[in-house]
Amino acid sequence: MTRLARLYGGLFRIAFLEQIQYRASNVIWMIGMVLEPIVFLVVWTSVAESRGDVAGLGPRDFAAYYIVVLVVNHLTFSWIMHVFQYRIQQGSLSFELLRPVHPIHNDLCANFAYKIQMLVILTPAIVLMIIGFDPRFDLQLGSLLAFVPALILGFAVRFLFEWTLALAAFWTTRTMAMNQIYFAVMTFLSGRIAPLAVFPDLLRDAAAVLPFYYMVAFPVEVFLGQLAPAEMLRGFGFQVFWVGVAAATIASAWRFSARRFTAVGA
Amino acid sequence: MSPPAVRLRGLTKIYRVPVRGAGVREALRSLVRRETREVPAVRGVDFEVAPGEIVGFLGPNGAGKTTTLKMLAGLLHPTSGEAHVLGFVPAQRERAFLEQITLVMGQRNQLAWDIPVLDSFDRNRAIYGLEASDYRRTIDELTELLELGELLPKPVRNLSLGERMKCEVALSLLHHPKVLFLDEPTIGLDVTMQRRIRTFVREHNRRTGAAVLLTSHYMADVEALCPRVILIHHGEILFDGARTALVDRFSSEKTLVVDLGVADATADLSRYGTVVARDGARVTLRVAKAETPAVTGQLLANHPVQDLTVEDPSIEDVIDEVFREQRLAPE
Repeated sequence: MTRLARLYGGLFRIAFLEQIQYRASNVIWMIGMVLEPIVFLVVWTSVAESRGDVAGLGPRDFAAYYIVVLVVNHLTFSWIMHVFQYRIQQGSLSFELLRPVHPIHNDLCANFAYKIQMLVILTPAIVLMIIGFDPRFDLQLGSLLAFVPALILGFAVRFLFEWTLALAAFWTTRTMAMNQIYFAVMTFLSGRIAPLAVFPDLLRDAAAVLPFYYMVAFPVEVFLGQLAPAEMLRGFGFQVFWVGVAAATIASAWRFSARRFTAVGA
Repeated sequence: MSPPAVRLRGLTKIYRVPVRGAGVREALRSLVRRETREVPAVRGVDFEVAPGEIVGFLGPNGAGKTTTLKMLAGLLHPTSGEAHVLGFVPAQRERAFLEQITLVMGQRNQLAWDIPVLDSFDRNRAIYGLEASDYRRTIDELTELLELGELLPKPVRNLSLGERMKCEVALSLLHHPKVLFLDEPTIGLDVTMQRRIRTFVREHNRRTGAAVLLTSHYMADVEALCPRVILIHHGEILFDGARTALVDRFSSEKTLVVDLGVADATADLSRYGTVVARDGARVTLRVAKAETPAVTGQLLANHPVQDLTVEDPSIEDVIDEVFREQRLAPE
């Protein structure tokens, strides 16, 4: 077994055990994550029912969209921006810096462990939403196959991008305000509030080049078969591009950022 | 002769800290002009630690001990000067370097709070890529030396401070580090637990030959473990040498304890030196080192002395005196 596989096996096992300890709070977090798309689903369904289709989407299309958003949002989200500042201020980063492996590996394992455990909540939530909202799925094998890399890359874009932004905590101890701006923009442009189809052209064009769309809405649209092959390929291209940008930023900024730890002094 | 485990040359760390005066005016002024002040924490420190050596690194709060240790562990970047640990430059944080050192901070906790101790151990096993058989053997050894048996299955949050510290120390040693930086490992522990940690460090050093650089405010730690001590104050080295030499060199006085017996119990001995304590016929005097032989002779000649002992002051008193009076120039 390679060193990396052993490292991930060991870290994942302990992260899984640790997440079990936090099961009650994790369930509460998860309920919040389930409620968000349901709220937007109810709003857009009401709009579609009262005014007719919105941008070609009817109530059952919105249901399908938000059910897949729930899954993709769960599988791609990370909490690193919430905790990084705390790590620096409390000094726990010291111990992570003393270890001969980059802290991002443990973060990844903790992320996977949480997500796997929360399938216990996610699965019945999806079943109930399917029963309650009667979504219209037009599933095609090609879309489903393309969904897998779109989802993995969506996770990679989001995780690495947020890890990069979290490094700001080395420069300022007030990252919460910055995080708030990020989450507002991200929630909007990633398609969590509304499908990008209902956006004005200008916003849609902007979203198409920024990383946020590729974190959630792009994998969702791939799954639902809403994209032509050329759009899909272009989307994959952007995902790879943003993964590269974020990974390169972390690789180059990490050593430089860790030097800043000096000033924080924890 | 093997190369030193730790070598510092002119190691310096200057923190730059923001400053501003009190009041609204100063607060507004700081918005447009941010002022900073340079605070030197460590100033041109030189020393070496040989493989297998245990060195006490002593100084009052804010002397620069922890900053030095953090630079040696690669957590802080020196402002200038050089540090080498096992031939590595700590600030570069190379994997091979990190695999061979450890830093225990008595006031910080690296065990995961909510899972059993053994799970935290397992995490370090994965991080350091330890082989199963070696890992098992190490845990058995540490369990025996530190009596960890009952603690391993408990969540860390349910351990007492002393129990937690034992587990912290064990966790830090699972990967067989060749250099141990121990920053107040016994702080806040009761006497029994302090002694247990001390015994363990000495035994571990004997078994593994790891070099140890230890900071502590407890002189009992230093007396039990460190044949050599380094004194640091205001970021500069005041003394580096044998612990016994520290007392010889910096103590200008000796302590005489005289038992006068019942016949002469109330005699005034102040003309011989400073009376620092009196308990019935038992008098404790402080006398200049050079005058000790003469005073001893006079006491024996002029009084019906039942018992007389001449003692060096405790290392704690000596160090306290050194730091308080600041009467020494760096070597």
